[in-house]
Amino acid sequence: MDRVKTEQLTGAQIIVRCLQAEGVDVVFGYPGGAVLWIYDELFKQEKVRHVLVRHEQGAAHAADGYSRSSTKVGVCLVTSGPGLTNAVTGIATAYMDSIPMIVISGQVPTHAIGEDAFQECDTVGITRPCVKHNFLVRDVKDLAATMKKAFHIATTGRPGPVLVDIPKDVTTHTCEFQYPDTVSMRSYNPVKKAHAGQIKKAVQLLLEAQRPLIYSGGGVVQANAAAQLRELAKRTGFPITNTLMGLGGFPATDAQFLGMLGMHGTYEANMAMQRCDVLLAIGARFDDRVIGNPAHFAQDPRKIIHVDIDPSSISKRVKVDVPIVGNIPDVLEDFLKLLQQDKPRDFKPWWEQIAQWRAKDCLKYDRKAKIIKPQFVLEKLYEVTGGEAFVTSDVGQHQMWAAQFYKFEQPRRWINSGGLGTMGFGLPAAMGVQMANPGASVVCVTGESSIQMCLQELSTCKQYRLPIKIVNLNNKYMGMVRQWQQFFHGNRYSESYMDALPDFVKLAEGYGHSGMLIEQPADVEPALREAFKRKNELVFLDFLTDQTENVYPMIPGGKGITEMILSEDL
Amino acid sequence: MRHIISILVENEAGALSRISNMFSARGYNIESLTVAPTEDASMSRMTVVTAGSDEVIEKITKQLNKLVEVVKVVDLSEAEHIERELMLIKVRAGAKEREDLKRMADIFRGRVIDVSDNTYTIELTGDGAKLDAFIQALDQSAILETVRTGASGIGRGNRILKV
Repeated sequence: MDRVKTEQLTGAQIIVRCLQAEGVDVVFGYPGGAVLWIYDELFKQEKVRHVLVRHEQGAAHAADGYSRSSTKVGVCLVTSGPGLTNAVTGIATAYMDSIPMIVISGQVPTHAIGEDAFQECDTVGITRPCVKHNFLVRDVKDLAATMKKAFHIATTGRPGPVLVDIPKDVTTHTCEFQYPDTVSMRSYNPVKKAHAGQIKKAVQLLLEAQRPLIYSGGGVVQANAAAQLRELAKRTGFPITNTLMGLGGFPATDAQFLGMLGMHGTYEANMAMQRCDVLLAIGARFDDRVIGNPAHFAQDPRKIIHVDIDPSSISKRVKVDVPIVGNIPDVLEDFLKLLQQDKPRDFKPWWEQIAQWRAKDCLKYDRKAKIIKPQFVLEKLYEVTGGEAFVTSDVGQHQMWAAQFYKFEQPRRWINSGGLGTMGFGLPAAMGVQMANPGASVVCVTGESSIQMCLQELSTCKQYRLPIKIVNLNNKYMGMVRQWQQFFHGNRYSESYMDALPDFVKLAEGYGHSGMLIEQPADVEPALREAFKRKNELVFLDFLTDQTENVYPMIPGGKGITEMILSEDL
Repeated sequence: MRHIISILVENEAGALSRISNMFSARGYNIESLTVAPTEDASMSRMTVVTAGSDEVIEKITKQLNKLVEVVKVVDLSEAEHIERELMLIKVRAGAKEREDLKRMADIFRGRVIDVSDNTYTIELTGDGAKLDAFIQALDQSAILETVRTGASGIGRGNRILKV
């Protein structure tokens, strides 16, 4: 680069210029002492918009939702001390689900670091276990290169949040600014190209399989490999199941789809997972909520091919036969090249077996109930939105019902905290989704307990006119806690009932939105239709649902994947 | 099984805690850990002695490689290697014991590096077992203070860990 192009800028100016150079159009944040100079520079320009949240946890979740629902990177900006500690839950949430995200945090001036200054905390130390990487920038000369590295690390390899901690004096110091075009780090070179020999071995197994199954996860969604996955499924004719994080990676209405697997997965998906002879795992990590007890899982013999970008995910909980480390879309394309067959093979006995499992109709519930069944609300939500909405969720029973009953056809439409299981995620995540997808239908499926954990963001939604539809499945209980207490703690409902709930309709109105209370099954669909008609409004739909309904099937903790409790068992 | 793992890591603030954090967060144990810059000041070399089954050691090396500041990881115990550890040990050395202690240090190829009216400080290098043996050979009540560096290791012959 020739020197004429460089210019003297302050650290604060450099940060904003870096964001512009990365094509960032929105930052979610909350100002404070240590970041005042950065906010001053944001004020002076128009390319990077700022969304003022009401609590820093909301900023992190919003940036996360922005990333999950688009192919861009969410950015959040918080001040030192409590600003950062408030954001930690959001950072850990993104980390557990491998979501690319940039967190910029203010820090006390370099000379005050370590002196227990006002609003000081050891940000890099506190966040180290829940970020892909973090930096403390002590010299303004390192700032631009660090920002470049942060974006590079967050978005390559297995993605994840990267934090850049910037002391206040660094934002006022000046230096020549030049944004690097490329990054080269000898210590960070994620694998790109998979091993050709391993691909051949895998394809050989796929060709010999009699009872094959594809099991795909969030890695397919994050790597934008849904098209290749679909092609592979079509060419092979294999049945396929998705993890909670992988939903939308394969169209849910397709005949080859067995539904979600795992703790609350379908009977057919879990049975097929146990009984298959060749398992092709793609961008999934065999976690405890998916395969249950690994010793039980190992009882049935099967060959496992595991495709993942992260070598440390392979053979972590389950020993695999053919590990393939590589970029998922490329690996799947390599498979397709070698498969050569145009027509899928016939797996008649296997499909017959699967049909028997499907006949259990494991998701059935009482459709004639006089009280609103939560499953019914989600079925209607799916119908009313034509399966096209972006659906965020909080954590608990409503999350599982949404995963079971809303049929996701496309990737990046299902936005939930799968790994960390963060209550309070749904509403702020929906804000990020709506910012990334203006004009799209965005729904937050939640419960009366989860929604109260980041309720303050209703105010942000008003300020930025985010017309999110909140579907509150209100059973007055922390439903999943209640369910476990019913099953495993002798019906002792310790602290899972929530007394003194607010009037959610009035509450929504208090924030300047509209609210509806729905008490009868017959009113569910009309209310949803009415809400979606109000295109420019946030509508809070408070559905009073059956307090005793449980999520089925259920694999009790520590049990094997086929040891499911079904609704018919009770 | 005991393993000795060598790590080349960027010489940056926080790299050490990133690595030790990973061990504690994932429940892997550290028997000893040494770290110092290499001939290239931008890089440090760390030696970690740990124990675990082959599966656990594989997980440890994968998790180490995943850390952004880690440049290279080698499990030295996979092949021929040399291990050394330095110990400084201060023992009570009155007029009566001095000769014995000096002889014992000589047998173990140790050196007396500090002397006072009633103490000797002995420097001893070797693998961990040799240092243990020296401690065992002494009169236990005479030992005043022991400090050990933890193991450093290097591959034999052409087995080289470098960028």
